[in-house]
Amino acid sequence: MKRMTRTVRRGVTVGLAITTVALLTACGTSGGGTGPTEAASELGETEGQLSVLAWPGYAEDGSNDPAVDWVTPFEDATGCEVTVKTFGTSDEAVNLFKTGDYDVVSASGDASLRLVAAGDVQPVNLDLVPNYANVYDFLKDKAWNTVDGQNYGVPHGYGANLLMYSTDVFSEAPSSWGVVFDESDAYTGKVTAYDSPIYIADAAMYLMATQPDLGIENPYALDEEQLAAAVDLLKTQRANIGEYWSDYLKEIQAFTTGDTVVGTTWQVIQNVAAAEGAPTDVTVPEEGVTGWSDTWMISSSTENPNCSYAWLDYIASPEVNGQATEYFGEAPSSDEACEFRSDCEAYHAGDAAYAENIWYWTTPIEKCIDGRTDVTCTDYSAWTEAWQEIKG
Amino acid sequence: MTTTSTVPRPPRTPARAASAFLSAHPRTRLILLLSAPLFWLGVVYVVALALLLVTAFWSVDSFTGEVTTEFTLDNIIEVVTGSLYQTVTLRTVGVALAVTLIDVAFALPIAFFMAKVATPRMQRVLLILVLTPLWASYLVKAYAWRSVLSQDGILEWLVAPFGGQTIGYGLPATIITLSYLWLPYVILPIYAGLERVPDSLLEASGDLGGKSWPTLRLVVFPLVLPAIIAGTIFAFALSLGDYITVNIVGGANQMLGNLVYTNVGAANNLPLASAIALIPIAIIFGYLFLVRRTGALDNL
Repeated sequence: MKRMTRTVRRGVTVGLAITTVALLTACGTSGGGTGPTEAASELGETEGQLSVLAWPGYAEDGSNDPAVDWVTPFEDATGCEVTVKTFGTSDEAVNLFKTGDYDVVSASGDASLRLVAAGDVQPVNLDLVPNYANVYDFLKDKAWNTVDGQNYGVPHGYGANLLMYSTDVFSEAPSSWGVVFDESDAYTGKVTAYDSPIYIADAAMYLMATQPDLGIENPYALDEEQLAAAVDLLKTQRANIGEYWSDYLKEIQAFTTGDTVVGTTWQVIQNVAAAEGAPTDVTVPEEGVTGWSDTWMISSSTENPNCSYAWLDYIASPEVNGQATEYFGEAPSSDEACEFRSDCEAYHAGDAAYAENIWYWTTPIEKCIDGRTDVTCTDYSAWTEAWQEIKG
Repeated sequence: MTTTSTVPRPPRTPARAASAFLSAHPRTRLILLLSAPLFWLGVVYVVALALLLVTAFWSVDSFTGEVTTEFTLDNIIEVVTGSLYQTVTLRTVGVALAVTLIDVAFALPIAFFMAKVATPRMQRVLLILVLTPLWASYLVKAYAWRSVLSQDGILEWLVAPFGGQTIGYGLPATIITLSYLWLPYVILPIYAGLERVPDSLLEASGDLGGKSWPTLRLVVFPLVLPAIIAGTIFAFALSLGDYITVNIVGGANQMLGNLVYTNVGAANNLPLASAIALIPIAIIFGYLFLVRRTGALDNL
């Protein structure tokens, strides 16, 4: 018995020693390295595999619907075996991409700048992406895909965050975002909103039209006072929110059962909901819309740069870009892509003026992107904090 | 002729050698036996928890999201003083308490019937019935409640003829769903506790003139109290950490788990998330500390 206890005690000592070592090593591993700061100058043989992190619907391999598959032709053409992982929000994408397990990512504007700043993505030499030549000029060299003159990827598609309403409740399309803000009292418990700090920009855009005194020029460049006004508006809205959505299936269900009757949405959600017979429709209110313009980016720590470049070129090719953007329900990145789909007009593809009117998701940073230099703007972490406070 | 000389000497294989060595060295044998579970307990369990606590004292670069490993108390201070965290903590504890009370109220009669009234055959059937929901996925059950409580769900269909309407999504829906989910975890320990109460005590109480209510209150209740508390630990702790149910049926409300989830998933602020995670840990430790003398921990 005595010997037993001594052994156990020794076991505990060994365990403690292991614990200490593990603790020390774990402490030393945070803060990853930075990758290449120069873009590749030439391409070589493809490596045989590629790991893709994408919005749902961007890289379909036939597993959701055998008829929808543009990954397999890519594998056949390049010999790069593709694994696809999808994400639900930009924040999730940023976190997943940080693991370094993915070679390429379809990043929206509210994620791309964070990826660049953290050194998680590498500059892209667009001369090595022949299909880049087709891409609409108004999608090129934007704040969310180009930093200090260096391009960080290839545009994929763009679209708007629309206003969705239940046709059972609204006899005609609401003309203003006011139905989800100032007049949301009429639909208490049946209003929905996108569950992300970036939704603050929707409130700011509404304030831009309704309270010009605040002087908001760009919904992603808010000083303290302007952010506070947007937060107040969203707190008022909070009382009438039934639920926030980030899972698009949850929103479809809520609109189908009538638990939600009005709120923000994506075209693809309307497409699916309508196909299931839900009484819904979408509209662009007079204050304008926020939206997204996505960029395919390459990891700075990728071991498959050639497959990554091959993917960027492939997904920008007119046929594939047309298929992928049509499936998701957004405008493609080139006119040539429209020849491979029939519904380009519905998304105002190539209409530079319309595209200019979308306030694309952009990561809010301290340096005001509307050009103001006399104030500092609130950054994304402030928005995240504000968002949690709004939800309460 | 002797038989012993015909038994061949076993060949010296490495396995045999190792076996002989272990048989001669009991201490080595014990270390080898214990090292795997001790490694698991030490590294996988305790170190993970310790790292969680350590992370709470770090911070995050707000823009790039990289964790800065410099000691700071900011997260702890924010979590303790921030009104958001106080509100959400109160809400979470409120939900957990409500779920616990509801579950105990339902579990007591069910467990009593199972342990003291039902025939042995019936007992087994009831036990299986209590366990059956555990075989279905948590998510399926939570989403089922979402359908039940929705605007054109079963509840609406049932109460609409009487002028009622569904309660919709929100905290009541969360409490109902969580109570449903954790009920088996409360019934089982109470049932086990009641099983151990000897029938002879009930008979003795009856013989001495005790009616059923005084017998329950003065004989049964004190004996099963530790088992009841064991059940409340399950319902309370599980509710305190839950974030999926409130996400599915809670409407726009959030609980502590959701704050942790957004800070890990959306804000990428692992330090703040672990600081928030300390709240339920502290509450549970406090609760365990309070009930440790009742013997409830022996009933878990």
